[in-house]
Amino acid sequence: MSMQLEESPTTGDEVITNYTINFGPQHPAAHGVLRMVMELDGEVIERIDPHVGLLHRGTEKLIEHKTYLQALPYFDRLDYCSPLGMEHSYVLAIEKLLNLEVPIRAQYLRVLFAELTRICNHMLNIGSHVMDVGAMTPNLWVFELREDCMNFFERASGARMHSAWFRPGGVHQDVPEKLLVDIGEWVDTRLPELFGDAMSLVLDNRIFKQRNVDIAVVSRDDAVAWGFSGPMIRAAGIPWDLRKSQPYDVYDRMEFDIPTGTNSDCYDRFCVRVKEVYESAKIIKQCLAQMPEGPVANTDGKVSPPKRGEMKQSMEALIHHFKLYTEGFHVPAGEVYVATESPKGEFGVYLVSDGSNKPYRCKIRPTAFSHLQAMDMMCKGHMLPDATAILGAIDVVFGECDR
Amino acid sequence: MSVVHSAPKFASNDGVLATLIAALGDQVVTSKEEHGEIVITVARGAIVDALKALRDNHQYQQLMEIAGADYPSRAERFEVVYMLLSLTKNHRVMVKVSTDEIQPVPSVTGLWPNAGWLEREVFDMYGVKFAGNDDLRRILTDYGFEGHPFRKDFPLTGYVELRYSEEEKRVVYEPVELPQDLRQFDFQSPWEGADYPLPGDEKADDGESKA
Repeated sequence: MSMQLEESPTTGDEVITNYTINFGPQHPAAHGVLRMVMELDGEVIERIDPHVGLLHRGTEKLIEHKTYLQALPYFDRLDYCSPLGMEHSYVLAIEKLLNLEVPIRAQYLRVLFAELTRICNHMLNIGSHVMDVGAMTPNLWVFELREDCMNFFERASGARMHSAWFRPGGVHQDVPEKLLVDIGEWVDTRLPELFGDAMSLVLDNRIFKQRNVDIAVVSRDDAVAWGFSGPMIRAAGIPWDLRKSQPYDVYDRMEFDIPTGTNSDCYDRFCVRVKEVYESAKIIKQCLAQMPEGPVANTDGKVSPPKRGEMKQSMEALIHHFKLYTEGFHVPAGEVYVATESPKGEFGVYLVSDGSNKPYRCKIRPTAFSHLQAMDMMCKGHMLPDATAILGAIDVVFGECDR
Repeated sequence: MSVVHSAPKFASNDGVLATLIAALGDQVVTSKEEHGEIVITVARGAIVDALKALRDNHQYQQLMEIAGADYPSRAERFEVVYMLLSLTKNHRVMVKVSTDEIQPVPSVTGLWPNAGWLEREVFDMYGVKFAGNDDLRRILTDYGFEGHPFRKDFPLTGYVELRYSEEEKRVVYEPVELPQDLRQFDFQSPWEGADYPLPGDEKADDGESKA
């Protein structure tokens, strides 16, 4: 940080010019590797130029060189705070091109785990947002819940974060009965108890409100024009939720409300996420109550591999297994853009197929890209410490933003 | 064909394509409706007018994404695809233009402020130029990066790799050196009714002609 003293050309008085500081890329409140070049007038932000791409790995190019199934784990590594939400868009895009039917139990399982992912993601964001503006305890408490979610993912897929559990045609494996029982119990008891406790420390806290209320107010028109989605557009008072308006899997059978904000500030964004956690819990309960028995992956053998036991018995299953894990399945030529409501907003996949076993082009629409672009607009005229609150309320993860 | 997949269902496409083609008139080059997606290709020079008409007269308020794509065999190899979303009609359309390395695409930053970064990304990855975008810097690649990595003729491994040099006490860039060749598998399959010639097939034909 450097302050320059210059001589005014007319009066000879000393004047202080604006100075420029680097926020990040190694700043703990930058939520990863974000570098923001800030032009400050005293402590007031005049201009922000976010530099993204420090975590760019060329995922989309790598996907072009893998088969459809091999490309799936890349999606876990995009938004590593909500891996299953990322996979969801991708598998739905493949299924849309193939026009592939997904068994109803698999659809319920996907919705159940997508909502668990949403809770898991919001726990991280709520916790870190609170910590960014100065509170420590609630973060530790909600991380307990995040840990519980991770354990559920591990019991379903074997991996805590990078599950690779949603597959084209269904899910990889069925879940044990006990896991569903435990999730039901957790949603009824531990989640509301611990989360309620943590939020009681924050929601009416004077300091928290002073840091967030009326910070980065975005009008409805601006939110639409800047391509906002997810909690960011809902906080602006627009009840837009792809789970409701463009339902996928069994979301059309679920009853839930879309929480919206009124003031469109950082506090509203926070509150929308808090309420969404309770709505997700409602969806999870409905899934558990309604989920039928049945297969968890498409059964025609041309897309989903056969069960291992079956493979040892049947020659046909063995051939399918071999072909699917070497060559993979071919997807009819065409292009689709499929977007789902990931915990952070609209996460889209533009998939172009040329009829081969590899995607010709896979463009990923990250949620954070549009939101981060609006940082300059949102921060203008606010103080330097407000930038961390604004960033926390956007909910950025750089694995996804930079791809 | 009946729809059996469970991907997001937005409002019906019935009649939408005809309405939009009629509204856009001779700006439309081609259009199609496949896999439940409406794709309209418009003339490159008309993209701003076409998107403005879609936004103002047909309620496609949000520009969600601009995707680039590279088809090296075409005369104009690049495609720029605009994903539009209507919040009021609950509908999506894709609008496309094609271009090459030299011809710039008119920028839509005047219509949507978030187009700025999206165009920067297409520029960075494919080298497509956008006329009227006054901030067309690279966005995702490294500072000082050369080339456009998502072009099909750009190798997956890239041209340079970097490491921290203990001698020079800084990060140095060096040409990529692969201890093992990057393997590309082809999946030519003699099964499933393939109609391409496999090595040795010509002998079978020769035998038949002699007999």
